[in-house]
Amino acid sequence: MTIPVLFVILCLTALISLSVGRYPVSVGDLVRFISLQVSGHPVMDDRQCLLLENILFDIRLPRVAAAILIGAGLSVSGAVFQSMFMNPLVSPGLLGVLAGASFGASLGMIVAKSWLVVQLSALSFGLIAVLAALAISAISRGDQLLMLILGGIISGALFTSLLSVVKYLADPYEQLPAITYWLMGGLSAIDRTTVLAVCGPVSIGILILFMLSGYLNVLSMGDEEARLLGVNVRVLRFLFIFLATVISALTVVMGGIIGWVGLLIPHIARMLVGPDNRILLASTALIGATYLLIADNIARLMFSVEIPIGILTSLVGIPFFALVLRNARKGWNR
Amino acid sequence: MSLISVDRVTYGYSRQPALKDISVDFHEGEIVSLLGPNGSGKTTLLKLLLGLFRPQEGRVLFEGRPVCDIPPKQLSKRIAYVPQFHRLSFGFRVLDVVLMGRMPHKTFFFRFCKDDEQAALEALERLSIAHLKDRPYTEISGGERQLTLVARALAQGADIFIMDEPVNGLDYGNQIRLLSRITDLAYHGYTFIKTTHFPDHALWFSDRVVMLKDGKVIADGDASQMVNRLNLYNLYNTHIAVMDLDGGGHICVPEGVTGRSGHCAANERYNVQGLRA
Repeated sequence: MTIPVLFVILCLTALISLSVGRYPVSVGDLVRFISLQVSGHPVMDDRQCLLLENILFDIRLPRVAAAILIGAGLSVSGAVFQSMFMNPLVSPGLLGVLAGASFGASLGMIVAKSWLVVQLSALSFGLIAVLAALAISAISRGDQLLMLILGGIISGALFTSLLSVVKYLADPYEQLPAITYWLMGGLSAIDRTTVLAVCGPVSIGILILFMLSGYLNVLSMGDEEARLLGVNVRVLRFLFIFLATVISALTVVMGGIIGWVGLLIPHIARMLVGPDNRILLASTALIGATYLLIADNIARLMFSVEIPIGILTSLVGIPFFALVLRNARKGWNR
Repeated sequence: MSLISVDRVTYGYSRQPALKDISVDFHEGEIVSLLGPNGSGKTTLLKLLLGLFRPQEGRVLFEGRPVCDIPPKQLSKRIAYVPQFHRLSFGFRVLDVVLMGRMPHKTFFFRFCKDDEQAALEALERLSIAHLKDRPYTEISGGERQLTLVARALAQGADIFIMDEPVNGLDYGNQIRLLSRITDLAYHGYTFIKTTHFPDHALWFSDRVVMLKDGKVIADGDASQMVNRLNLYNLYNTHIAVMDLDGGGHICVPEGVTGRSGHCAANERYNVQGLRA
């Protein structure tokens, strides 16, 4: 019951996000425009139609789609990691994907002018950082989950230091500010091509995670128990880490580092629907998408100058998280 | 033929192996208690039986096949593990915890269906805890949690239950209730292999006792014969008398322990009889 309600809320939020902005488009115009696109009947004059096409298709729709994908992707990855690592305080960056992607993007910015290179480099180094964490855990003996977490800490620290190296080497007048702004996270630079390229993998990844969500319940009982319940722990854990990592890295490709979403939203979802991952993942995706849409609307409308959304999600997320922690016990612990 | 047989198994990380050349057989419908001091290798033995560890020497056979070579999914339809009292990070509903027992019966992309739910509910009813089905697992009592895990093992369809200190952390009443449930299930052909720190429980609720010390089996046989003063001394380095109760049954009483009132229980026979009054 909760999921359809959350879905409707998301749709309404998306509609509102399409209509608000520097050039407000009334919901009536929006509906007329959509019906025009669907049916082909001319219901408005050509000039207005072209203008709306420009605003909606080139500017707002990619941005709304990006916000939905990033919000849903980060929240689902966070929920997956929290269940798998049996720790509700874990975020999608646990295994170093965010540190790696930050380094990759910054490196791309100083070696190449092309935005595509920056994006590919962010994606690749996000994956490389997680592979490094996996490799470190594979060569250590003992509790595999703990070793993975430690591997993630090491890998994250490594790529954070490498990021400092890149920043130090960057041209302080052009490249360094670009890197710094990018690390704050933002959707203002989003373009249609990126969204189109990324939306397929992110949505498919999220869908596969939905289909596998039943295993997360079992994995959160611990490795041995899961195995003794007939679950192939190695394969599933690798799949979960792989999917969550690709999704997180692709959110970075779209919007830079947008913090606290992956940690905060699963908590809110858990308070709403309980810890059962079979319902939790879908709810957390819908809530995360709605949350990021609202945050992005605030980021672009609240002040005369747009503020980076990453700053906003952190400033809102941290105190909210402190409040949530007080009540969160209902959802996870006793 | 024995159901599970441990054949000259040695296992351990370093020069000091946890188990040294041990052989034990387990039979259908038995309740076997593994007794032994801390670090004697009880848990290691359980993990070998479950196929989690591969013996460095020797073999663990389940119905004649090496247990490590049986795919986990196939094995879990026969052997269920009931873990020690554990804390979960997430408060799943009791029914959802029991439903996890249906995992071995599902395909890779699975959804639980009506039949699975039915099996889970039946398992809960069998242990008379169906009323708990919608409660969060983290909010029920320790005894109820242990029963939930037994229900999960039943829903799994397994007939061999391996339990690591099942009564750990339970109050006395819950300990006895849990062990009575186990005895009931054993009448229906289920096999139980459990570790315990209570020789009394081994006496009262099991058919057979296997005593482990320093990675070796020092006694293996009928519970009422093996739980005796000498074996208990060898096991725990403590003098423990095993006293007969009127009308059958035995009880373990530490020797030389005087209560605050000055009575020494093990020396005063009437005191033991007095327990029955």
